Amino acid sequence: MSEPWQEPIDERPKEQKPQEPRQFREVSHSIPKIEGKGLVTGRPAYTDDFAPRDALYVALVRSPHAFARIKSIDASKALALPGVACVITGKDIVRIPYTRAGQGDPEPSPRDKFILDEYVRYVGDEVAIVAAEDEATARKASSLIQVSYEVFESVLDFEKSIDNPIVIHPEQEIREMFPIGFEPRRNIASSYEMNVGDVGAELAKSDVVVAKSFLTQAQSHVAMEPHTAFSYLDLHGRLVIYTSTQNPFHTRRILAQALDMPLKDIRIVKPRIGGGFGSKQHIHIEPFVALVTLRTGRPARLALSRKEVFESTFTRHQMRISMRAGANRDGTLNVLDMNVLSNTGAYGEHALTSFMVVGSKSLPLYNKVKAVHFGGNVVYTNKVSAGAFRGYGAVQGNFAIESTVDELAHALGMDPIAFREKNMIQEGEKSEVFRIMGEGGEGVDMAIESCKLNYCIKRGKELIGWDPKRLAWESAPGKVRAKGMAIAMQGSGIPLVDMGSATLTLQDGGWFTLRVGATDLGTGSDTIMVQIAAEELGVPFSTISVYSSDTDNTPFDVGAYASSTTYVSGNAVLDAARKMKKVMIDAVAEHYGCEADMIGFDGANFMAEDGSVLVSLRDLSFDTLYHNGEHMKTLTATGSYTGPKSPPPYMAGFAEIEVDTETGKVDLLNYVAVVDCGTPINPNLARVQAEGGLLQGIGMALFENVQYTEKGRLLTNTIMSYPIPSREDVGKITVELAPSFEPSGPFGAKSIGEIGIDTPPAAIANAIRNAIGVRLTETPFTPERVLMAIRKAAQGQA
Amino acid sequence: MNLNVNINGVARVLACNAGDMLCDALRSAGYTEVKKGCGTGNCGVCTILLDGVPVPSCSTIAGKADGREITTIRGLEKEASEFADFLVAEGADQCGFCTPGFTMMVLAMKRELVSPSEGEIRHYLSGNLCRCSGYEGHLRAIKKYLEASRE
Repeated sequence: MSEPWQEPIDERPKEQKPQEPRQFREVSHSIPKIEGKGLVTGRPAYTDDFAPRDALYVALVRSPHAFARIKSIDASKALALPGVACVITGKDIVRIPYTRAGQGDPEPSPRDKFILDEYVRYVGDEVAIVAAEDEATARKASSLIQVSYEVFESVLDFEKSIDNPIVIHPEQEIREMFPIGFEPRRNIASSYEMNVGDVGAELAKSDVVVAKSFLTQAQSHVAMEPHTAFSYLDLHGRLVIYTSTQNPFHTRRILAQALDMPLKDIRIVKPRIGGGFGSKQHIHIEPFVALVTLRTGRPARLALSRKEVFESTFTRHQMRISMRAGANRDGTLNVLDMNVLSNTGAYGEHALTSFMVVGSKSLPLYNKVKAVHFGGNVVYTNKVSAGAFRGYGAVQGNFAIESTVDELAHALGMDPIAFREKNMIQEGEKSEVFRIMGEGGEGVDMAIESCKLNYCIKRGKELIGWDPKRLAWESAPGKVRAKGMAIAMQGSGIPLVDMGSATLTLQDGGWFTLRVGATDLGTGSDTIMVQIAAEELGVPFSTISVYSSDTDNTPFDVGAYASSTTYVSGNAVLDAARKMKKVMIDAVAEHYGCEADMIGFDGANFMAEDGSVLVSLRDLSFDTLYHNGEHMKTLTATGSYTGPKSPPPYMAGFAEIEVDTETGKVDLLNYVAVVDCGTPINPNLARVQAEGGLLQGIGMALFENVQYTEKGRLLTNTIMSYPIPSREDVGKITVELAPSFEPSGPFGAKSIGEIGIDTPPAAIANAIRNAIGVRLTETPFTPERVLMAIRKAAQGQA
Repeated sequence: MNLNVNINGVARVLACNAGDMLCDALRSAGYTEVKKGCGTGNCGVCTILLDGVPVPSCSTIAGKADGREITTIRGLEKEASEFADFLVAEGADQCGFCTPGFTMMVLAMKRELVSPSEGEIRHYLSGNLCRCSGYEGHLRAIKKYLEASRE
């Protein structure tokens, strides 16, 4: 039996399609990840596995206060400790504002951070850098540094931040790189507004209006590998940094700016990464090892403790989303109004962009509304900074919109699925939002060429057993089972911003090296890049060796974020492979004196028009490198790609839950997701991307409850106090991929890295609504919150 | 202080400071296959066998290993490699950081439990966290591996 994704359905006229859906040789096969076996059996792979034995250990002194000025630092006791190599404070380095966001140039985030500053703005902010011969000494020395603080009152409640008398960023030097609504005097890192049509009039005209306010928490990434880096000076005196980064090229550029060094003098290498999910897009550790190496001339290493990862790397942006939506009695959705307040914490990394994605990757789901408004502010608080996290605003937006749409269906007495199907985006359609809203600026006007939401919903209904008349039932005394669902969209890279490149080179023996700037976080992107190259070249997978993510030795790529790799980097590999074929055929044509367009290549041999073999690939490689006299040359080709559009993957997610009405505990029994990611380049890897994303979304919906003390110290700073879902926490997760083909993607592919995370908060909230008749508006849905909702409902009825 | 230990069948003297955790002592001695994830014994990525019993090495005082046998994933290379074939066939290896510790635990489970049910598998491995995979691919791989082992 063939798998559904091998038979793409595409009913549009054939001449519109630049690439045909077809049976593939390499693509659309579940080839095991090339490095998988080495990783499982414990071969050295990750940054810390390669740290030089003679490297100094770096430790950081961090602020115990949410907001304070450093009056003085006395490092004499630390420096007196045997084995301490250096202590670096803000007075030792040039004060240059930069952003740790890890974005392109110019950054859409404000440059509001200094590597070390006179002010500390959250508990965990860096105060000083210590380096010593061993880890214990470094840690002991950091505890011996005496810091005197002038402690200020802090702003911890993000809903009280705007125009608060406490100004978190009063410093003069900080700035926005282009207009992003940056008003630090008002504690506003960024703001944005957009409007289509007359929202007020459409709400007034609607038969049914729902207004709800939602609150989402500052989820932590919890990649299993803590952020890790080491640095050294190479033989030429250049600074080399191995680091667990998602974007080596941005890291190089940002470090050069923050350290006031020439870009040429820095090389960034990313070995394997132990998970990222956005957390390793940021610049968290590289400046500290770099400063120690530059100061001492010696290698330096830093692996953050888990506590430091929680307290000083970023979180998802906490958000308050106020929704208003109106519909007619016939089920026509007229208007969506979304007002958002986002908490960026102490610094403004990804403030504007993650905020805009709240609207830009949720509102187009309902593209037929007559009016739509999106707007609000991103504010500073004295809490852990927020940054990029899988879903990146879309999951917050999805929770708000898909809860609101569900509530409208309840108000109309409609099957929530029928209501969605009547109003959701369809293949071939556009959305005004695509044109208006990009990430940090204007968007692109694009038509949706692949959208299989209808199929995703139909198939998901079958798998979960959706019966609109039986969405909740008592399964046992005190136990209610219920179902709920949500639909979602994401993107495939940032159009006209993200760019990837790839270089193929023919090596002696007839095999290829593929060098890509793309960054494999464990997703398997190295493997799928080889699949794409092999498919286009027509050569076996095993004849291509891939090397990635080294700023000296791989071509440019923005890195792995914004669901860009499969689509953007994959299209770059496709471009390189097309060019490589031409380069090889031209070389054969030149050598044999025939027309290039008469030469064929079957993956092993180059043939003349009559089918006779001119030369084998193996012999061509030896000829061009050893035998062709003055015509000898390296056959190589570089391809690049930037998307003129960002085709969204789509999905439908269905939750089946059981609520214990005595305790408020919600058990997730089943989660079904059907995903349209175009052609899955590697179906198994695509499915696991969706499964992993779903569990993170389920964690956000049910378990991951961020807690602070009233003085602004993060309480949930261990895996014990911030439990991510374990194998026993959820029932069955079922993922299927919809037959789909995206004409602009490599072999029909769209990206799939993020979309899995988007639906669980809304789908589970919708199931809870069906179970207990109450709308939960705050994530996570802890037993306390559910029980309170049940009691409140009971009181209301009494 | 120096510990006399047997690591993967080889007698070794392991240098460490009093209070060091076994995970750090092993990594410092070059056993980088032992990963460090949480430092509180909650995530399982640092799992090793101490006298054949799985323990989280990040929360085990190094001194406790004196005179004992330590097994890392490299000491179980053949078995680990067999299981790895099933894991990578599902695409469930993902970032791989949790896999050495997780695989140690799968192999321990295979020795301890005969024909474990899905619930027993989930329970036995519940201390081995993974943030990438969603666990479903792990489960598919484990079931196929156990089935193949029985044949």
